[in-house]
Amino acid sequence: MRVLAAMSGGVDSSVTAALLVDAGHDVVGATMKLWGGPSDQGCCSIADVDDARRVCQQLGIAHHVFNFSGEFDAAVVAPYVEAHRAGVTPNPCIECNRHMKFDRFLARGIQLGFDAVATGHHARVAEVGGGWRLLRGFDRAKDQSYVLHMLDQATLPQVLLPVGEMTKEDVRRVARDRGLRTAAKADSQDTCFLPVNGGRAKFLGDRTTLTPGRLVDTAGHPAGEIAAVELVTVGQRRGLGSGHDEAVYAVDVDVATATVTIGTLAELHRAEQAVGSWTWVHDPVEVGSQVEVQTSAHGAPTPAIYTGAGVAWSVPQRRVAPGQSVVLYTGDAVLGGGIAT
Amino acid sequence: MRPEAVTAMLPLLTETFGNPSGGHAAARAARHVIEEARDVMAAVLGCAPAEVIFTSGGTEADNLAIAGVADGAGSAVCSAVEHHAVLHAVERVEGVVVGTDALGRVDLDQLAAAVGPGTAVVSLMLVNNETGVVQPLDAAIDVVRANAPDAVLHTDAVAAFSWLDLAVATAGADLVSVSAHKFGGPKGVGALVVREGVALRGQIVGGGQERDRRSGTHNVAGIAAMAAAAEATVRDRTATVARIGALRDLLAERVVSSVPGVVRTAPAAATAAGTCHLRFGGIESEALLVLLDDNGVFASAGSSCASGALEPSHVLRAMGVTPEEAVGALRLSFGWNSTLADVDLAVTAITKAVEQLRAS
Repeated sequence: MRVLAAMSGGVDSSVTAALLVDAGHDVVGATMKLWGGPSDQGCCSIADVDDARRVCQQLGIAHHVFNFSGEFDAAVVAPYVEAHRAGVTPNPCIECNRHMKFDRFLARGIQLGFDAVATGHHARVAEVGGGWRLLRGFDRAKDQSYVLHMLDQATLPQVLLPVGEMTKEDVRRVARDRGLRTAAKADSQDTCFLPVNGGRAKFLGDRTTLTPGRLVDTAGHPAGEIAAVELVTVGQRRGLGSGHDEAVYAVDVDVATATVTIGTLAELHRAEQAVGSWTWVHDPVEVGSQVEVQTSAHGAPTPAIYTGAGVAWSVPQRRVAPGQSVVLYTGDAVLGGGIAT
Repeated sequence: MRPEAVTAMLPLLTETFGNPSGGHAAARAARHVIEEARDVMAAVLGCAPAEVIFTSGGTEADNLAIAGVADGAGSAVCSAVEHHAVLHAVERVEGVVVGTDALGRVDLDQLAAAVGPGTAVVSLMLVNNETGVVQPLDAAIDVVRANAPDAVLHTDAVAAFSWLDLAVATAGADLVSVSAHKFGGPKGVGALVVREGVALRGQIVGGGQERDRRSGTHNVAGIAAMAAAAEATVRDRTATVARIGALRDLLAERVVSSVPGVVRTAPAAATAAGTCHLRFGGIESEALLVLLDDNGVFASAGSSCASGALEPSHVLRAMGVTPEEAVGALRLSFGWNSTLADVDLAVTAITKAVEQLRAS
């Protein structure tokens, strides 16, 4: 079939394209230009595009660059800033997958006459009994099914994830054996558009007003001050002042009153977690179903009951920061996911 | 490349390999080649041989013209539709950028207001590389001379050489940039005309070649090939312009008549012969270019950034084209050897591609 491979310039997408060529598909590589400034650093840097182009040359396939920077700004970066302004901590990688890779890029591929798009994610797609399943990657340490949970019956038939069947070590070995220049490249880290120098605080400070606020304990007593309430994530321990009798965590953030409520680990724990904006891989899970829940990219799956409005933990768990994704599994299969509120 | 250019180049890669800056026989032979080429370039550019400075191409010539003359913040002026080789050089010295009319021709009133006693260099292109629109260079030069008599006038004629007689069209300019690959010569070689008496600081320093204005060992084969291509271009130019201009208009008319929602960006009368610039409603040129590429039509849209990604065209923006309209831009360029068969291929590929993109 005709496959458009999304190539970031990393080793996983390089090997994705190589495996598809080996399998006899008609493959074209494309790199999305999502972000960029005067410095040639970080995501979508010229060096990364050059690496993707060079790999395509070595594989004997065409390579294109798609400039989606306007859409990325509108669909990922602006909501990221807006969410922080509201005291919410979003996951921009998931929004990029939702709006860019598996919407804008996929639509471009279909428009250009491709049958499917491929990415270098470590997850598996399987057709089971007339339906499509999204499964954890073979390499559990690299599993990325959490960030792909928005894939559904409309998108999954058009998505190929060949390296999801391999260990990362094998991916690197394939790249090395073929002499691909990306073989030893480091994995991408953190949020791609945040600068190395200054990070999130500088990025947000340049784009929105950061509000000094006060810390209070769960009884409402003053407990100190904080430089920027927008930068506080529920569950965080760092930067909440010293001199407390035991470790304290942010248990709530209220930007409107510039107040961060701090409490003990016990006070951070919840019996239920509210979740909204659900998407489902197949049919919606029935209310009352027993599921395993993952609340971060590489977090441990934790048993709970799906309640429709969220999940009820079998054993109380830390409150999930509003804005973070909550993904439901049964065994290896992703059922769907939503956003913690 | 033009066959004359290839023929001129080959012996200089094999037999005549001396460094023209030396004093021995091999060096003298190479120097002979350089000076023959300089005579040819001077003749076709309408200047004295001593006024031709060889460079590595149009970008270097443009950069040298701006950086070699600009004299502090605000001392350089250019139009908003210049090639980035000029625009970024002017921005680097905190220069002034002048707006244009709806066809991308420099606004003479704005130009008059922008230049003055503090202006060291004014850069205005002759033919726009994206749209093919010919600038009112002589009228603009009059404006500059009247308002800034001490300013040096540079014109980027890179996109013009194949289609206009530069000995006439750039006669009023002090500095003129050309690039060989735009007229059938090799990539990586160009020239800057520097009229006698213009003070120009070299930007690449070293051995003092090219009257100390451009150090570095000469690209002998490239320079000879450029001169051969220039000679061939000028020899055929009248016939080529008539033939290619007709093919270009045929292409535009056939696309406009067979594809709905197409706008021709500039009328034939406003443009040089070799460029056909079209805008397709409801089409993303990035996608269009991929489909054209699949069908053997190698076109471009705006300008590309360093990564190869398409950037919204600064030329169309300066012309007042909205970002929504600019996203469907297509620039089709003709060469001296383009044929009716090329036009047929392009029309078929464009029609098919636009249908496919609009269907999805």
